[in-house]
Amino acid sequence: MNTIYFISQQTMFFAIPLLIVALGGMFSERSGIVNIALEGIMVMGAFISISFISIFQDLLSGQILLILAILVAGLSGAIFSLLHAFASINMKADQTISGTALNMFAPAFAIFVARMVQGVQQIQFSDTFHIAKVPILGDIPLIGPILFQNCYITTFIGIAIAIISEVVINHTKFGLRLRACGEFPQAADSVGINVYKIRYAGVIISGALAGIGGLVFVVPTSTNFNATVAGYGFLALAVLIFGQWRTKKIFVAAFFFGIMKTFASAYSGISFLKGLPISNEVYKMIPYIATLIVLAFFSKSSQAPRAEGIPYDKGSR
Amino acid sequence: MKSKAKLNITNLNWGVSFLSAVMAIAIGLLFGLVILLISNASEALSGFAAIVQGGFADGAKGIGDVLYNATPIIMTGLSVGFAFKTGLFNIGSSGQFTMGAFAAVYVGIKWTFLSGSSHWIVALLAACIAGALWGLLPGILKAVANVHEVISSIMMNYIGMYFVNMLIVSNIHDKIKNQSLPVSKTAIIPKAGLDKVFGSQNINIGILIAVLMVVIIYFLINKTTFGYELKACGYSKDASKYAGINAKRNIILSMVIAGALSGLGGGLLYLAGSGKYLQVVDILAPQGFNGISVALLGMSNPIGILFAGLFIAHITVGGVNLQLYSFAPEVIDIIIAAIIYCGAFALLFKNIIFKFSKRKEKEGEGI
Repeated sequence: MNTIYFISQQTMFFAIPLLIVALGGMFSERSGIVNIALEGIMVMGAFISISFISIFQDLLSGQILLILAILVAGLSGAIFSLLHAFASINMKADQTISGTALNMFAPAFAIFVARMVQGVQQIQFSDTFHIAKVPILGDIPLIGPILFQNCYITTFIGIAIAIISEVVINHTKFGLRLRACGEFPQAADSVGINVYKIRYAGVIISGALAGIGGLVFVVPTSTNFNATVAGYGFLALAVLIFGQWRTKKIFVAAFFFGIMKTFASAYSGISFLKGLPISNEVYKMIPYIATLIVLAFFSKSSQAPRAEGIPYDKGSR
Repeated sequence: MKSKAKLNITNLNWGVSFLSAVMAIAIGLLFGLVILLISNASEALSGFAAIVQGGFADGAKGIGDVLYNATPIIMTGLSVGFAFKTGLFNIGSSGQFTMGAFAAVYVGIKWTFLSGSSHWIVALLAACIAGALWGLLPGILKAVANVHEVISSIMMNYIGMYFVNMLIVSNIHDKIKNQSLPVSKTAIIPKAGLDKVFGSQNINIGILIAVLMVVIIYFLINKTTFGYELKACGYSKDASKYAGINAKRNIILSMVIAGALSGLGGGLLYLAGSGKYLQVVDILAPQGFNGISVALLGMSNPIGILFAGLFIAHITVGGVNLQLYSFAPEVIDIIIAAIIYCGAFALLFKNIIFKFSKRKEKEGEGI
């Protein structure tokens, strides 16, 4: 039983950032803008918010500091993503190109600034955010140990974001307009929707969520930030496609990948896996191989937004 | 990732493409200068001079280093650019590069029964094959099962990285340094006197092989039926299917060739005899991602990619010299990112240039 608790607690650390970032990507792509810059935005959000934590950790600590840092991460991600929005919406640029530029810029900027300011590129912070056990809720049998022990508030924020996203994209006027702009922007425009504004909103939401995702990835797994999020932005892109651009499927995909990744990194803590004579590199490969296999079976009918990646030109309506 | 804007870029004529690339580079460099000025104004100008001078600051040896640095990224750039032509985004260049590097090093260490000059050639062929295999799978998945090539090649990057780490540890491991063993002397690519000309131990005929590949790919894309079919698939899959082109076969072949090019790049770097070994670390090979930059800056044109690779290698060497001053070399990556970002505005530059030339024409008519 303890093994199951351990696995599920570990899974959260991997699945939640993927979930948040992939949902961010969904907002952008369903408005019609391909956002390959998720990785770079994660790095930027993590860099600025971890710097924030590192500067203010003498004054504040615990959950207040973490919540403030999450706001900082979301804000910096949103601002950084404006570059992508400007290039792909106003300038009608190739969205892959500007995304690649952002991906390249963020880690270089993070390392450059860190080295110019403090000499080394790692930014240290102390983890005052870990919750050993949530009072009352942590005592519930079964659910308590899985969700409310050995956790971070980021887990609950991630799940809340997933629920809000589902509601916003499927059950609000804004969500309907966003989807229309991603499927058939000409039609949306003809009924008076401002396609440019909606697409800006989509990209900014994706930037905010990716920024938050960057912080959420770093905090539980490390006590320093080294200008990288280990390719999680690209993995989130994979989760987004794997989840067919739909909130519920993205949720499942993120947790599928999270569980696989947990087995890969924590197998030595799971006694029956440790006994097997398999190299640890094989375990590390499993999440990626499993995703490939699953994709091979479920990709036949892709539900990608139809106008994705095509700059909207009012003149060509 | 549909590619309407890309079509516009490839449709531009050469002169305009070149001009807009120069504009992007100028703006990128300016941005770099601003960053240097903000971080340390007193040394900014001399630091900037070091970047612009690049390899030329160290005379012949510096130029040799530029050529050595350019070789692998020209190959990965060609790989990404070639796949772009078929409308595929080969983000998996990194994994293909790593596989190629491992195959070359493995043959270089183990197949000592090969005599003299055939050894390094076989090792490079092995690199091509390993890279091609790593491109083949995403190609098949795309053609048969409709799996998005971006996601499958991202997965292949990680699988390749861990797979190579595993193979190094079990076959060719230097336990003390946690890296691959040195390759045998016959597997090192010959220098053909280039080391004497440039006074650098890193340079070898690898750069000539890269240039040869540029010419071959240029010929393949522009002068053969196969190249025409590939481009047709890139412009419109449905139209080319209607015209009787086997789109599935072309997708697979395009990924295989792209993979082989990246793999060869890995072989060329690790058989250069420059003291570089395969490290057992969980980091994706950066050359694959640099290849994306090179392909974008070169606008997917093989000749453009050659010059883009040389340019990026040039300022990368400049970044090494930059460390003489109080700057971190990452400013180079910032500049490259800015250049690529501006490169995305090719459409805007094109319009400006066209407007300008039209105005010139009108003035000419007036007289």
